Amino acid sequence: MKLLHSTEGRLAVIAAVVFLAMSALAPDRFLSVQNMTSMAFQFPEFAILALAMTVTMLTGGIDLSVVGIANLSAIIAATILTQVTGGGAGTVLIAFAAATGVGVAAGLMNGVLVASLGLPPILATLGSGLIFTGIAIALTGGSAVMGFPDATAWIGNSTVLGIPTPLILFGLLALAISLLLTRTGFGVKLRMYGANPLAARFAAINIDAMLIRVYVLSGALAAIAGMVVMSRANSAKADYGSSYLLLAVLIAVLGGVNPYGGYGKVIGVVLAVLTMQFLSSGLNMVGVSNFARELIWGSLLILVMIVNTWRATGRRT
Amino acid sequence: MTTDLVTFDHVTKTYSGITALDSVGFSIAAGEAVCLAGENGSGKSTLIKILAGVEQPDHGRILFAGQPQGALNPRLSAAAGIKVIFQDFSLFPNLSVAENIAFSAELGHGTRLVQRARIADTARATLARTGVDIPLTAAVETLSVAHKQLVAICRALATEARLIIMDEPTTALTEREVRVLLDIIRRLKADGVAVLFVSHKLAEVLEVCEKVIVLRNGQKVAEGPAADFDAASLTRHMTGRDVAEAPPAPLRADAPELMRVEGLSKAGAFEDVSFTLRAGEVLGVSGLLGSGRTALAKALFGLVAPERGRITLDGRPVPLGDPLAAAGAGIGYVPEDRLTEGLFLTQSILQNISVGRLDAHGASGILDIGGLMAEARDWLKRLSVKAPDPDAPVRSLSGGNQQRVVLARWMARSPRVLVLNGPSVGVDVGSKAGIHGIIAGLSAQGLGVIVISDDLPEVLATCHRILVMKAGRLIEDIPSGQVSETDLAHRLAS
Repeated sequence: MKLLHSTEGRLAVIAAVVFLAMSALAPDRFLSVQNMTSMAFQFPEFAILALAMTVTMLTGGIDLSVVGIANLSAIIAATILTQVTGGGAGTVLIAFAAATGVGVAAGLMNGVLVASLGLPPILATLGSGLIFTGIAIALTGGSAVMGFPDATAWIGNSTVLGIPTPLILFGLLALAISLLLTRTGFGVKLRMYGANPLAARFAAINIDAMLIRVYVLSGALAAIAGMVVMSRANSAKADYGSSYLLLAVLIAVLGGVNPYGGYGKVIGVVLAVLTMQFLSSGLNMVGVSNFARELIWGSLLILVMIVNTWRATGRRT
Repeated sequence: MTTDLVTFDHVTKTYSGITALDSVGFSIAAGEAVCLAGENGSGKSTLIKILAGVEQPDHGRILFAGQPQGALNPRLSAAAGIKVIFQDFSLFPNLSVAENIAFSAELGHGTRLVQRARIADTARATLARTGVDIPLTAAVETLSVAHKQLVAICRALATEARLIIMDEPTTALTEREVRVLLDIIRRLKADGVAVLFVSHKLAEVLEVCEKVIVLRNGQKVAEGPAADFDAASLTRHMTGRDVAEAPPAPLRADAPELMRVEGLSKAGAFEDVSFTLRAGEVLGVSGLLGSGRTALAKALFGLVAPERGRITLDGRPVPLGDPLAAAGAGIGYVPEDRLTEGLFLTQSILQNISVGRLDAHGASGILDIGGLMAEARDWLKRLSVKAPDPDAPVRSLSGGNQQRVVLARWMARSPRVLVLNGPSVGVDVGSKAGIHGIIAGLSAQGLGVIVISDDLPEVLATCHRILVMKAGRLIEDIPSGQVSETDLAHRLAS
């Protein structure tokens, strides 16, 4: 029962319960190797977006521009991949580097808006997200960019020692973010800032530099997620993954990240990602419509927040 | 007994294991003025909150006019005529005097349309009851503190107040303004309105009070006719000790100059502030609420950007308006409001100390967590913080121990100058002496300490020199041995 005392412990139980329930509902299909592999290819892209969301939410902020950044980065990379002839691994590397650069630049813009100009993160990133999507549409005219060299497919569709590459990528990023949050001064500062921004100022923490780095990190992660989406879809488009924004927020909150800042663990986010993937694949198999999924996600988000808020206020009195 | 307006019968309230009020009983009659005295943390604010219906007692009964009340809420309390005037007055600064006075009464009328004529009538009639003349159309933000307080009193009166509770009514008033306030209170009493003064400095209002109640650590330790009390006996009951604390050890005659502040000015806050601070010196800055003392304290640490002036530390100029630069130069700041400005309440005790040392232990990028936490634990021991579990959230600690945590955070950075704004606000008596001991220790190590406080016994007990601040200016520089508490109080408020 001790497991239930921590947010992450409860999540582990929930993830297991959802897994078992789905296995029971559709034993032959849900438990198949094919389904497991397919799930392992599906979730890393939005899981990486959830990591980006987590980092900003820990500061009490949010980054609503992640999907915009992911698509813009993907379109820049796709343009390089389709325009530059040769098409070897070198081109792919250059395209990925350019995409990450776009993510960093977009994050820098968000960081400056939030830290230096003091805009509320939710509005700053809502606006910048529209700008990034707008640029992406202007560059492509709204149509998909496709026709990549074969090497592009590696990041999204290959396996290494039988493990899907996107899963490995997500695992490495999750580990790196986890270490960053717990083992560096930057990580501690961003959590402390999230816990009490005013006290952080009074404690002489360099808030502006910290916040800018947070949004740059979020932008870079979004760009990486964009690369995975592009590789898996074998194309890039300004309006891919529009449902991923809500999903990323939902996963972060479900994973125990406090939307007011100051608390959150990567392991919680990983467990929440798994829960969501089990749920969505399972529901798909038992014949729940794709359209009902957003309804379920939205309800789940509200429910989790009610439970968390209720627990937090319950503890105070 | 049935004529009593309000009666508390064995009221007990605990917050997460800490007893804020312990079986407190008293009563207030119509037209009676009562002093509720007690230090910070004695349970005064809890008592107000229970009367106002904001908090529910755990045990005990509350009677209005002899009738036992069930669970109170703010609406029921207000309907019974109990009005609380908080220290900040809760006025609408952008609205006029008349609108502020008539606001609650208008809401009570239930009309949806604003009726200017009736608002003006209500306001004029209420102001007349107090016998004070304030222009009805003036915006409240343009008024002096004393007039704002008056508007708040009038607002309470406009809604049939039967008991007006005034929280720290005199902290921001000059002596003359206090006398005006007392005259108004006399008029109210003649009208049958009861008044409850709640404060930690009540000597000034004793003359209009019938009764005094003293709280200490949540218990009623004294109650009696006001005539039986004087300033000294009030203090004795409030603190539970007789003698004032010993003055600080004298400063070494050859102590070098550490910090120099020249011509520091910020419009609307402070003007032409200059002083020097020597190594090992404890310098007090005292003034009424609104004298600019807090803005000055923040300016020393870069949280407020002055328009003119300079600060030098060891002869090197400190950039103004930049907390990072101030901290880098060796200035530390312990804020006035520990809960919102000082602490990361949900984070662990150790984390709250170590947050100031992250850069020192993380130069390579990876944090040396072992070293960081060991250092924080060491500070817990050195400042004798009573923390059963150093990994527990810092909000689980008492006020005194929380203050030591904030002190430890800065002391761990080995600063040259520490600015302590209200170092023992909201701290119990025992911890207060402990914090004063820490200040003496800092001074012995050769740090410069600036204590900003309106707690005069504290200033006298800890400081070598006291700067008196009034309306944004330093008006006096007094060696602490040469002034008594009453004398100092007079200089602050005259």
